[in-house]
Amino acid sequence: MLFPTLFVLLLSGQTFAADLSAFKAFGEKAGLVKVVDDLMINLLADKRTKPFFEKADQVRIKEKLVEQFCVELEGPCTYTGQTMKRSHKGHDINTAHFYALVEALQLAMAKNEIPERAQNKLLAKLAPMHKDIVNK
Amino acid sequence: MKNLRILSCLFFCATVWHANAVETSGKLLLTGGVTQIEGAGGGGLTPWAFIGGYGTRDQVGASAYYTNVVISDYHLESTGALIGVYDRVEFSFARLTFDTQKIGALLGLGEDYKIKQYVYGLKVKIFGDGVLDQSSWVPQVAIGAQYKKNQEGDVVRSVGADDDAGIDYYVSATKIFLAQSLLVNTTLRRTKANQLGILGFGGDQEASHTFQFEGSLGYLLNRQLAVGVEHRLKPDNLKVAEEKDWSDIFIAWAPTKNLSLTAAYTVLGNIVLRDDQSGFYTSLQLGF
Ligand code: HEM
Repeated sequence: MLFPTLFVLLLSGQTFAADLSAFKAFGEKAGLVKVVDDLMINLLADKRTKPFFEKADQVRIKEKLVEQFCVELEGPCTYTGQTMKRSHKGHDINTAHFYALVEALQLAMAKNEIPERAQNKLLAKLAPMHKDIVNK
Repeated sequence: MKNLRILSCLFFCATVWHANAVETSGKLLLTGGVTQIEGAGGGGLTPWAFIGGYGTRDQVGASAYYTNVVISDYHLESTGALIGVYDRVEFSFARLTFDTQKIGALLGLGEDYKIKQYVYGLKVKIFGDGVLDQSSWVPQVAIGAQYKKNQEGDVVRSVGADDDAGIDYYVSATKIFLAQSLLVNTTLRRTKANQLGILGFGGDQEASHTFQFEGSLGYLLNRQLAVGVEHRLKPDNLKVAEEKDWSDIFIAWAPTKNLSLTAAYTVLGNIVLRDDQSGFYTSLQLGF
């Protein structure tokens, strides 16, 4: 009986209790706003990513990114933006652009002193999105 | 001399490409790996499925390295270069120099007698993306071959080796588990090389190829720094010289994509007449 019990415990732990530790490590929503502000500054400073963002609606993108990161970190938010496939369609984004954005995010997280484990948790959630974002 | 030309072309031809190419160095820090002792992109002792250099699937990357292993009674240097093409194929060249130091005299070769070996490597990524595919368990998998040519045929035959040249074949599976900040690599190698080939290939105890397992486990402290351990099983083909498994504990630091430094404490066991060989491994790598 021990094994089924453990199994159920494990499952329920995963399904019912959101693990808020990573969200908290980011300083909740206010912390995410700061990280995303710095992310956009970095994206505009990097010649690989600047062309994509300089003419885009930066305020909207930042707002959607905060929502999205919050959701990925299991925080109490709802994502109201478009799908990744839809919003990046036609932008000719290659793998190097994708990694450039990851780097910009890593630098923004480091600047805000987000713990490494929490950083990597978010990156692990974002990385698979390359399938919908990279289209060149 | 010919080999030096290959070495310098590998690196400088790629550098010219670099200067002309629009974009390079797309990958993330440390995922270009360091270079293992036989010249392939990987950890220190074992190849990884990652293609060396920082080129993405639209780019070409390259690196050159110098590795110095100072152990109790011997000194091993390895220097070489590699090119990674479109994050798919890796060509590498390495030159190993094994200094027998005082043991050279005991073996009748003369003190500081050096055994040289060249390694020509090819690696092809088969499937998977060990960095980006974080939503599945599937690792990145690559197959590779290393053609090794020892320059001291007479010496290696005199210790009982069959041959002065051989080919290692390997398959590597590598994955970063980002949420856990872990890197895991396993490699299965088919080889008959004695001590990497420094003591030739095959021998009076075991003449044919055997399968050997190699593994690396790394913890990513931050995007520039990783620590970890490696273990590499070895064949034991020669009667006169028992061969032991190798292992190390390492720290790798990549302050930029153009430079990385690795330091390790390595335990290599018995190497010809001398037990318990251990010491320090340091490696410097330049690339893009
Ligand atoms: C994991 C990586 C990425 C994530 C999570 C992400 C997320 C987002 C989000 C949430 C939006 C707003 C969607 C909306 O307006 O409803 C957006 C828009 C946009 N993203 Fe990304 N993105 C990523 C990678 C990239 C990359 C690599 C580039 C190019 C270098 C890029 C360029 C853009 C552009 C130009 C827009 C604005 C699109 C438009 O308004 O037409 N994104 N992204």
